[in-house]
Amino acid sequence: MSTVQYDSDPKNLALSEPTKYKPEQLKTEEMLINIGPQHPSTHGVLRLEVITDGEVVVDVVPHMGYLHRCFEKHAEALPYNQIIPYVDRMDYVAAMNSEHAYVMGVERMLGIQEQIPKRVEYIRVLVAELNRLASHFVALGTYGMDIGAFTPFLWMMRDREHIQRLLEWTCGARMLYNYIWIGGLFYDLPVGFEERCTDFVNYLKPKLKELEDLLISNKIFVDRTANVGVLPLELAINYGITGPMLRGSGLKFDLRRVDGYSVYPELEFEVPIGTGEMGTTGDCWDRSWVRAQECFQSVNIIEQCLKQLTIDHRRTREFDPREMVPKKIRPKAQDLYVRAENPKGELGFFFRADGRSDIPFRCKARACSFVNLSVLPEIAKGHLIGDLIAIIGSIDFVLGEVDR
Amino acid sequence: MTFEELYAYLLQKFGEEVITGQDEQSSPKAILVDSATIVEILSFLHEDEHLYFDMLSCLTGLDNGPEVGTMEVIYNLYSIPYDQSLMVKVTLPQDKLEIESVSSIWQTAEWHEREVFDLLGISFLNHPDLRRILLPNDWEGHPLRKDYQEQEYYHGIKVKY
Repeated sequence: MSTVQYDSDPKNLALSEPTKYKPEQLKTEEMLINIGPQHPSTHGVLRLEVITDGEVVVDVVPHMGYLHRCFEKHAEALPYNQIIPYVDRMDYVAAMNSEHAYVMGVERMLGIQEQIPKRVEYIRVLVAELNRLASHFVALGTYGMDIGAFTPFLWMMRDREHIQRLLEWTCGARMLYNYIWIGGLFYDLPVGFEERCTDFVNYLKPKLKELEDLLISNKIFVDRTANVGVLPLELAINYGITGPMLRGSGLKFDLRRVDGYSVYPELEFEVPIGTGEMGTTGDCWDRSWVRAQECFQSVNIIEQCLKQLTIDHRRTREFDPREMVPKKIRPKAQDLYVRAENPKGELGFFFRADGRSDIPFRCKARACSFVNLSVLPEIAKGHLIGDLIAIIGSIDFVLGEVDR
Repeated sequence: MTFEELYAYLLQKFGEEVITGQDEQSSPKAILVDSATIVEILSFLHEDEHLYFDMLSCLTGLDNGPEVGTMEVIYNLYSIPYDQSLMVKVTLPQDKLEIESVSSIWQTAEWHEREVFDLLGISFLNHPDLRRILLPNDWEGHPLRKDYQEQEYYHGIKVKY
């Protein structure tokens, strides 16, 4: 007779990563529970070692690295322009935003950031904001599903599909674009894109209102998320939290405004912040609310970009988006840290160029998901296991970026 | 405060043994610092009311290769109230790859330092929880070193493809 597969045997765990807490360290009433790496509520392959006392979470230890590809080692062997596809694969639901940040860094090293044509910059912002919408749709849709609301997920995925098809039209790929190039773009926007995008924006506006009614101000949703996972502002800054999480904690800090990169200074938009309307400032509801409001602001930005692209910076026969693309990318020896506002927070790249080759000597990605996830043990302590799932969803990380 | 003023301010406070130089080529501009006093300097940068670098944006480890024989740790600081960025660079000799942890100042450093420890093998003293973070516990070597050679087999799986 063979034994049943899930009979407890210490040998079963011999090959898995050792836990931080050893059985002898636990108190009598405490229990060690593994959540993930295959559980859908961990949003990918994240393993959580949870120490519980009954239903109450005593400590959480995230174990990650299941998707680790060592992007930084790859980057040390590739020319600058060939790294862009790898950058796409970090935060794969917001690839345009990551590309934008990376490309800005290389352009600054080359000193050509002032010479990029305005039309190129507007197209970059347009596609990045479309991708920001798509990313927030994934965040809110899956968050709803985590805590028991199935319909918003389907609605969000339906609307995200339109965005993906628009972006596919620009460059041929649905998620991993390689569209923004150093010094320019892969192609100009396809003919008719502006009109189709305007149609989409007009379609989307009432849908966003629907999302607000269906999910954000839904009583069940509010009950599940208000006063849960409160992240005080001081703690957030100390942990280096950025993006909607930091704004949810009540600080008006958006790099699009603070740094004013690309053409963002010419665009009008608000920076929504959490105020503790339903509970305490910095709780899960505030973070979700900030994301929903940012969707409205992104739509606003997209409309302004479309206006610019159809009036002031119209498509012309002579316009070549690859005009400024350098033939040889060899920055002079320097260190540079560049940062940009991704949907999930501050995406930074640290470059060291040695001035002798087309390959970066070191390219480090400061991943916002990685940093934002590090605060999880701090805010999950003392909550119930069900709330832990709500907190994980509200952080909105992508494991491809956590593990890189 | 401009970078020149900041540099003079720090030089006056700590002296030339500690603040060993500056790098104006980098962006944001960088100060070079002695590794032994890193916690002292960074906590001053964090707490001083004229500087108040309250956010540690990024912490990078870097291997200069076996010929040079040094590694570097680079701190990217940002001050939200003053909207100012600063880079702090520390050089470590290859035979003594250890530096004091700054996770007592910014808790975000805890994971950044674990990552540097994992991928480069720089150990951080007084770190609360210095384990590997991205690679498995029983992985051999530190991939971001310039002279890294991957192991032949990992649990019977061929590593080189």
